[in-house]
Amino acid sequence: MKRHQYRADALIEVLHKAQELYGHLTEDRLLAIAHSLHLPPSRVYGVATFYHFFSLTPQGEHSCTVCLGTACYVKGAMELLATLETESGLRAGSTSADGKLSLLTARCLGACGIAPAVIVDGNVAGHADPEVMRARVRALLDED
Amino acid sequence: MAARTLTINGTLISARSNETVLEAAREAGISIPTLCHLDGLSEVGACRLCLVEIAGSAKLQPACHTTVTEGMEVQTDTPRLKAHRRAIVELLFAERNHICAVCVASGHCELQQLAVEVGMSHVRYEYLSPDCSVDISHARFGIDHNRCVLCTRCVRACDEVEGVHTWDIAGRGTNARLITDLNVPWGEATSCTSCGKCLLACPTGAIFSRGSTVAELERDASRIATIVAARNERW
Repeated sequence: MKRHQYRADALIEVLHKAQELYGHLTEDRLLAIAHSLHLPPSRVYGVATFYHFFSLTPQGEHSCTVCLGTACYVKGAMELLATLETESGLRAGSTSADGKLSLLTARCLGACGIAPAVIVDGNVAGHADPEVMRARVRALLDED
Repeated sequence: MAARTLTINGTLISARSNETVLEAAREAGISIPTLCHLDGLSEVGACRLCLVEIAGSAKLQPACHTTVTEGMEVQTDTPRLKAHRRAIVELLFAERNHICAVCVASGHCELQQLAVEVGMSHVRYEYLSPDCSVDISHARFGIDHNRCVLCTRCVRACDEVEGVHTWDIAGRGTNARLITDLNVPWGEATSCTSCGKCLLACPTGAIFSRGSTVAELERDASRIATIVAARNERW
């Protein structure tokens, strides 16, 4: 925040950094950010919930993000997501009870050439096949 | 202030150069339906009800946000605009649970009046029937999210007139909800001064005073403009 001179318009950058440092945003952190940047708490909360990137709940150890952009959608991203939801027992946007895996969705990763695209722990997997992805998700869930 | 002459629905009118099409039309006695616009607050152009046709532009322009120009030819009531307006009002009704028969604002509701104005006989869209809560944790006021149209008039009144910004909108799309502070119950929002400007600004029965029952809630939204004018002109 100091780097941005506590400027109110640096809110998104500050939220980015906070999420990067702590993994997710808690209400205490949002309140601290609001006070430091002299912004109303409701504005900070509004921005943090508007963008899918920011998360107010702790994320799992591993993450799996399915792209639902137009190209991926046409290439069967919904079936892929349904397969992964069944396999993991999670609903898109939630984290497993043991904190192992977060199943997320995104609107276009900009990787339409390799649709359908999935990001597993920060690595992009293109031309994702439901069966292959199912096995990967299972491996992440079973790992200890 | 330089004057501009323009035609609205074929009538020649003059307006000040910094006026919007909406202001110019209202001064000339031409009504353009609005919802998110409230005199005294900034414009957001969110409801799209005030869209007008301007000669030379294929796109429809929001009257509340468009400044008048010399020789502008504006149409405010074409069949195309009427169809759009009706669709917008229907979509607003379909988005939440607006049941006039049990609403505190029935008879004094801008959304209800709009539905009558645009001739909405029924809603052609599927109701989303979202699960919305009612918050009556505040000592004097309550908010029923079922009736909220997300016009942000309360947000702007709270921010611009009261200078507090207790209200804001969290989430996006159909999940967007009005919140106070960090999404805490209204009664626990420490920044709220209980001034009631949000109540004045609300076009529907979403924000209501506690204790009012069906059709009892009457407000005068123009008081917001009076407050702003009084401050600016230092009466």
